[in-house]
Amino acid sequence: MSTYWRTFKTAAWLGWQMDSNWTEPWLFVIYSIVKPVAGAFILIFMYVVIWSINGIPDPHSFAFLYIGNAFFIFVGSTLLGTFQVIQSDREWYQTIRYVYISPISYYVYILGRAFSKIVVSVFAVLITLAFGVFLLGSYGVQMQLSLDRLPLFFVSLALGLFVLLAIGITLGAATFLMARHSQTLAEAVPGVFYVFCGVLFPLTILPSWGQAIGEAIPLTYWFEITRRILLPFQLNTGLAGFDDLEILAFLLVSTVIFFGLSIGVFKLGEYLARRAGKIDMTTSY
Amino acid sequence: MPYAVETRDLTRVFAGKKKHWWRKPKPNEEESRGPVTALDGVSLQIHEGELFGLLGPNGAGKTTLIKILATLLLPTSGMAFVAGNDVTKDPFPIRQRINMVSGGETSGYGLLTTRENIWMFSQFYGVPSKVSKARIDELMHAFGLWDKRDAKVRLISSGQRQKMNMIRGFVTEPDILFLDEPTLGLDVNAARTIREYVMNWVRGQSGKTVLLTTHYMAEADEMCDRIAIIDKGKILACDTPENLKRMIHTQTTFRLEVDPLQDTSTFQRMDGVVNFSLRDDASKNRTELTFILENEAPVAEILSAITAQGAKVHALRKTEPTLEDVFISMVGRGFE
Repeated sequence: MSTYWRTFKTAAWLGWQMDSNWTEPWLFVIYSIVKPVAGAFILIFMYVVIWSINGIPDPHSFAFLYIGNAFFIFVGSTLLGTFQVIQSDREWYQTIRYVYISPISYYVYILGRAFSKIVVSVFAVLITLAFGVFLLGSYGVQMQLSLDRLPLFFVSLALGLFVLLAIGITLGAATFLMARHSQTLAEAVPGVFYVFCGVLFPLTILPSWGQAIGEAIPLTYWFEITRRILLPFQLNTGLAGFDDLEILAFLLVSTVIFFGLSIGVFKLGEYLARRAGKIDMTTSY
Repeated sequence: MPYAVETRDLTRVFAGKKKHWWRKPKPNEEESRGPVTALDGVSLQIHEGELFGLLGPNGAGKTTLIKILATLLLPTSGMAFVAGNDVTKDPFPIRQRINMVSGGETSGYGLLTTRENIWMFSQFYGVPSKVSKARIDELMHAFGLWDKRDAKVRLISSGQRQKMNMIRGFVTEPDILFLDEPTLGLDVNAARTIREYVMNWVRGQSGKTVLLTTHYMAEADEMCDRIAIIDKGKILACDTPENLKRMIHTQTTFRLEVDPLQDTSTFQRMDGVVNFSLRDDASKNRTELTFILENEAPVAEILSAITAQGAKVHALRKTEPTLEDVFISMVGRGFE
């Protein structure tokens, strides 16, 4: 068994134990259902408030933001899953020195730990989508996923998750050198993506500089193609000039670039931390 | 054949705090801001199969040296080799052959059981799961942790966590094991169990090497084949415990228990006093003085100097030289 696979498998097992083993299985299942449903209720509330202010319902916009928010669950949890590994192993469990000096790739270890977060997120996204389709149809949440579009959906989903992991590890490398600010980073970066990647509203609502930022972030293309596949209608998002394969190509190229970048930045962060003696620092922040 | 561990003129300097233009330094911060030399030109050779001790007070550089050898930290200059591999350029082959345990810490994943914690680490080293589980059971019996095998780590005591970490160090059967103060904070029985296990582990099989850091003299004396005495990042002496003690065998060691003294500077000026150290015992309101003397002649002068200050001598005894006496003879102070 290759070192990489063994590392990934063991780290994923550890991550899963930490994500799921904190309570009784039945309570974990209830929590896993209630949490995304509660998130959906926040969206309904936001939509109803906007509806009452405008006086007219806008079911297409609601469906747009609902799908965006459902898939944004992957963003929050995957980024947190990668960011937190170094911080938690170093400060909370104080195991980082023993993991780090074992004959593994620490990069792959982080991927494995984050994988369990993705698994938990899949469950949350499915529940959110099912809740929307079966209970919020009257608000405009509709989905269509034809069999011939399934491969495109899974390819784009895989690329989206890969790019999220790459971004997470790139930023996680910075946490090698940080103490208290890593939590701030973990909250701020998903916030930037939430605003600029067309999660809540189309890019066209943003000023031109905001649209330029959004177009430079690969997640924008992931949200775009996901909506194109799942929604039976399209809003003007500013990317209408590109067909599905072009959007997918953007996503693929940016995924490859971000993965290369993540390896380089991770190696640099690791080297600088080892040089500064910060790999296993504990600060009690 | 390469040494198990070799360092050549190894130096590690920790950079001081950076100055920021927007923040005024606090009083006395200037002095504590500068760079710290944790290791200063350390050259050592540890043979395969040796139980080697690194003995020194807190802050001497022991942990820094272990961290460099365990590939956690890069040296500032000089070279270090573990199993013939350069720690800076080639950490991966080193990691396949080493393990490390630090005492006095409470690391571990609290949601996992002790067994799961150890098993998980063994997987990182590629130990087959069946073999790993059998080894864990055997080690848990040996370290007296069997009854806690299925207890979650968050629910066991810090001493039990330390035992668990010792097992984590042995379960991968490393060729070279770094033990950083492994008995720190443990009760007498647990410390004895660990000392005996480590000695049997090294001496009961060939090719196993242990580098042990400690500030417990008796521990180093009892366990180690050779000892390096380290202080302020420099190796002061390196030899077998017997040879180290023999270095001062022509000298005489006296220990005195006296009332607290106002002035101890006179002792240093006395003829025949090689070095001395003092340790205050607040609970008894007394001071313990250790003198390394060239011969017994200065004893009368020392006693006069003490009584001249109005202090009473409660005890006076001549002792066999210990490793601490070697240290005192070299640097003029004890480990505390």
